Amino acid sequence: MSGFPILSLMLAVPLIGALACLFLEAKAARTVALLATLVDFVLGVILWMNFDIGGAQWQFTERAEVFSGFSYALGIDGIALLLVMLSVFLMPICIGASRSIEKRVGEYMAAFLLVEVFMLGVFMAQDLYLFYMFFEAGLIPMYLIIGIWGGADRIYASYKFFLYTLLGSVLMLVAMLWMVHTAGTSDIPTLMAYDFDPHVQTWLWLAFFASFAVKMPMWPVHTWLPAAHVQAPTGGSVILAGVLLKMGGYGFIRFSLPMFPEASAYFAPLVWGLSMAAVVITSLIALVQSDMKKLIAYSSVAHMAIVTIGLFAFNTQGLEGSMLVMLSHGLVAGALFLCVGVIYDRLHTREISRYGGLAINMPRYALFFLLFTMASIGLPGTSGFVGEFLSLGGIYQVSTGTALICTTGIILGAAYMLYLYRRVVFGEQKNADAAAMPDLDLRELLMVVPLALAVLWMGVYPESFIAPMRADIAALDARLARAKPAGDSKPTIGKAKPAHEEAAAHEGSH
Amino acid sequence: MSIILIVFLPLLASILAGFANKSLGFVVPKVLTTGALFIACALSWPIFISFLSGNAEATVVPVLKWVASGSMTFDWALRVDALTAVMLVVITSVSALVHLYSWGYMSEEPDQPRFFAYLSLFTFAMLMLVTADNLVQMFFGWEGVGLASYLLIGFWFRKPSAGAAAIKAFVVNRVGDLGFMLGIFATYLVFGTVSIPEILHAAPSMAGSTIGFVGHRFDTMTVICLLLFIGAMGKSAQLGLHTWLPDAMEGPTPVSALIHAATMVTAGVFMVCRLSPMFEQSATAMHVITFVGAATCFFAATVGCTQWDIKRVIAYSTCSQLGYMFFAAGSGAYGAAMFHLFTHAFFKALLFLGAGSVIHAMHHEQDMRFYGGLRKKIPITFWTMTAGTLAITGVGIAGVAGFAGFHSKDAILEAAFASGSSVGTFAFWMGIFAALMTSFYSWRLVFLTFFGKPRWNQSEHIQHAIHDAHGHADHAHDAHGHGAPAEEDAGESTDHHDAHAHAAPVSGTSGPDYADHGDGTGGYHPHESPLVMLLPLLLLSLGAVFAGFVFEHYFVSDGEGEFWKGALVFHEHLIHAMHGVPVWVKWAPFTVMAIGFLTAWYGYIKNLAFPKAVVDQIGPVYTFVYRKWMFDELYDRIFVRPAFWLGNVFWKVLDIGVIDKFGPDGAAWVVSRGSTYAQKVQSGYLYSYALVMLLGLVGAISWVIAG
Repeated sequence: MSGFPILSLMLAVPLIGALACLFLEAKAARTVALLATLVDFVLGVILWMNFDIGGAQWQFTERAEVFSGFSYALGIDGIALLLVMLSVFLMPICIGASRSIEKRVGEYMAAFLLVEVFMLGVFMAQDLYLFYMFFEAGLIPMYLIIGIWGGADRIYASYKFFLYTLLGSVLMLVAMLWMVHTAGTSDIPTLMAYDFDPHVQTWLWLAFFASFAVKMPMWPVHTWLPAAHVQAPTGGSVILAGVLLKMGGYGFIRFSLPMFPEASAYFAPLVWGLSMAAVVITSLIALVQSDMKKLIAYSSVAHMAIVTIGLFAFNTQGLEGSMLVMLSHGLVAGALFLCVGVIYDRLHTREISRYGGLAINMPRYALFFLLFTMASIGLPGTSGFVGEFLSLGGIYQVSTGTALICTTGIILGAAYMLYLYRRVVFGEQKNADAAAMPDLDLRELLMVVPLALAVLWMGVYPESFIAPMRADIAALDARLARAKPAGDSKPTIGKAKPAHEEAAAHEGSH
Repeated sequence: MSIILIVFLPLLASILAGFANKSLGFVVPKVLTTGALFIACALSWPIFISFLSGNAEATVVPVLKWVASGSMTFDWALRVDALTAVMLVVITSVSALVHLYSWGYMSEEPDQPRFFAYLSLFTFAMLMLVTADNLVQMFFGWEGVGLASYLLIGFWFRKPSAGAAAIKAFVVNRVGDLGFMLGIFATYLVFGTVSIPEILHAAPSMAGSTIGFVGHRFDTMTVICLLLFIGAMGKSAQLGLHTWLPDAMEGPTPVSALIHAATMVTAGVFMVCRLSPMFEQSATAMHVITFVGAATCFFAATVGCTQWDIKRVIAYSTCSQLGYMFFAAGSGAYGAAMFHLFTHAFFKALLFLGAGSVIHAMHHEQDMRFYGGLRKKIPITFWTMTAGTLAITGVGIAGVAGFAGFHSKDAILEAAFASGSSVGTFAFWMGIFAALMTSFYSWRLVFLTFFGKPRWNQSEHIQHAIHDAHGHADHAHDAHGHGAPAEEDAGESTDHHDAHAHAAPVSGTSGPDYADHGDGTGGYHPHESPLVMLLPLLLLSLGAVFAGFVFEHYFVSDGEGEFWKGALVFHEHLIHAMHGVPVWVKWAPFTVMAIGFLTAWYGYIKNLAFPKAVVDQIGPVYTFVYRKWMFDELYDRIFVRPAFWLGNVFWKVLDIGVIDKFGPDGAAWVVSRGSTYAQKVQSGYLYSYALVMLLGLVGAISWVIAG
């Protein structure tokens, strides 16, 4: 594989597909888009199979100097590899979920393929400016998808989405300019090992935080997410929840933590606080929603809070856990939005109360919806558990209080998801039109079955997903070691009584 | 290696039956699942017997790598030792019999394959729980049985009450799971591993150490053990986290027998016994366990005395018996706790399946006020349930022999007394009171159901049945509940029962007679259940009669240490102390059992007006107990409603009213205000500004880089 520019090829395929779609009529555009994403998925599989676990940190690197200081540099480590895989895995499913789009199909497909290009670019970029361009450019097609193909209130939603996400970016750009000026390079691997002055780190960290916190999204800058999800078409929701939300987490793990370890430790209590608030508040909000997509959107905020506490736990379990939560959430939230899309396509409403008793006429749907619900709740054996468990276990070592509050998420999560499931799938068929809906067809099965298998795979044998990133997380853990918070548990050494005293104590009790 | 088959055959059968669903008819999924369970059962007994004979050693069979994150590693593995062997026979035997029983009980059910798939899935998860070699796999089984329990309680998903009960069971259990998870985290933090043998080995060295938890410092082992015990409380329905268990009776009766009596609910007891070397290190935790167990055993017994629904009586009885097991463990008599778990599995499964047989005969009627006189109609059910009742009430002669519950319950009470601590004494007295009430409510159940005159004619279900017999539409499970069951809480359905009660006083042979028969039967003819249902009853009766006598030697006598081989903590001095308790302690359980029996006999056979007179005397107390000590009402007020209220406040006030108002909407307001001044030169669309901003930034970057 060495020398072959596979990463560039993975960017080029959807880009060419996007250009082609612009000039094609609907049916051809659908085919081209599906083919392009499938080819990218195959390339992704080849990439994964050729990724040398335990080899060099950065693999498949490409570099071309463009002009002074700025270079087109690509490369991936294990962390990026996993997120690339998540993206290329979800994209064909998103295209498949776009059957109900009938307006401007060519442009829609082009926008989707462009999202893929930019998302992959974000995870592959090794140059700070290149990263920034991909990071921000990704917003534009997403914004168009919501604004053109969205629901009734799409203009407000797209505006909210854009305003929020752009706000943070400005500050991040200024910070980047400063960093390149100081370090003399825009090469990300170099910057990851560069020790910035701890005082300056504070400001740089905050600037990056402004951008990543919005993308994550963290409470209280999350309100764009429910609006965007509710208005976005199904495919848009899947890619938004599945991949776009991972950009914030990726940003933290790639930039904030390794580049500003001292500042990260300094601000960790802030992150913990916001995460605790997110878990409790957004979970309770999810409980009272009557709109399915809004409910899942709010649950995403709560799940992303588990990512941030894992990241800011400063230990291997937390970091690996947060990566697994990101991957799992990509699959599960994507799958849940797909499940909503399936019944939305039939009844054209997201109102929970319009459904009920779907287990009767849609038993296959009920089964898959149950699996994804349980994965969202974090049932052991599904993907949701491993990451959540490691993240919470990681934070427990640093802050027991934060762990306690965030673990209430497992109670609240069960409450709102099962309450949703009960209202949609259990009960009597009270609406004739909902009762007449047919079960999953072949196209829909082809979309949910791979997701279901991936969810179970990650739950039963997560080693496949931990192994590629193990060395990278270990390196990050080592870099963070100097700033690691002490933790509030501090167990003391036991004062074991000698055996005979123990026996004597027992005798004495009678 | 047979353990691999024991554990994974039920999973395989469950998957096959679930995917085949109705496509292969009903018989194939039923044969697959039931066959798998009987094979698993046949393979489990030899393992148990080899441990009894002292020939077996603890083994661990690795299955698959699971998670390795830094120093936190845990794999899929199957551990078999004496403790597991006990659970294996309990789980596979009861499960196999319940599968068989369901052939008859569920024969009219259109979704049978799904039911059998769930049952086998449950069995798999339960087996994973008891074979766990690390805490996380135990948690996997723990949650897996929770899922199966959720699915089976909600099996009749069309009924709103079943859906509500299913959620309640899962969410209340999750409260316990919060403790379990934090307990695992704390264990890992302290010991650096989640492997059970390693933790148990290292536990003694942590005695006396302290740890920080949420800003305060506590004894390390107390923190860990209490967190884990919260998990046990949830799964085993101990006081405070018990509210899901009575509602879980919404599930089909075979489910109640398997999950909510014999196996799943005992997982908490199993956990405490499995981790007994840890719990031994914290006297505080042991006292808490004893106290909670004793309080539960008393509380649940009081409620059991007042309920009318036959399944609810047995459900509270289960809750109460679990309390016995916990205070036995808390007193250090882990062997006695496991012994009671073992015998209880047989006689309680028997009682539930017997109740199912009664319900089957009485056309889904569950209210004992509409039973009566069934002794001659369903004699085999009657005799087997009597065996179960003799077992649970602990009939036997001290020092000689008795039914199963006699041996195990007496061992527990003696251990609590012999432990000598004040909380142990408290537990002893609570246990004695509970034994009195156990005898009372158990015989009350038998007398109301099988003795006296028939009171069937006032039952809506029976009336439906008679209607159906006259050629009306078939009576499906939709109407399985009591008319229109309350949507949310059990409290309302209780009111419904009250309404029944006014219409039909138990003592009354009077009242409006539906059909002109005058004998209270309403012309209804109950039939004994088919053989597939009676066979499990007969086999379980053997357990209820002999399990105590045969196995006492291994579980709690001097031979205990040899049988357990270190699988749980064994205090030889406690065994000696148990033998040395005063004679009155040995005879106290028998005495209260007799008093309970006589009271029930007097109230429900001899003088039918007596119960009502007592209720009138103690009015408010009765209502309080009858309404289950008001736990549901309390939790609804302090948890459920505030959660929904807070959710609305956070959403409408915080998100929309504050964050949006001063965030994006505020920005929009500023921009639109500004744009009215500038609209002559600009389009006024916000996104065009944003776009210009972005382009400007890109330009700026280029400039900086190029410069």
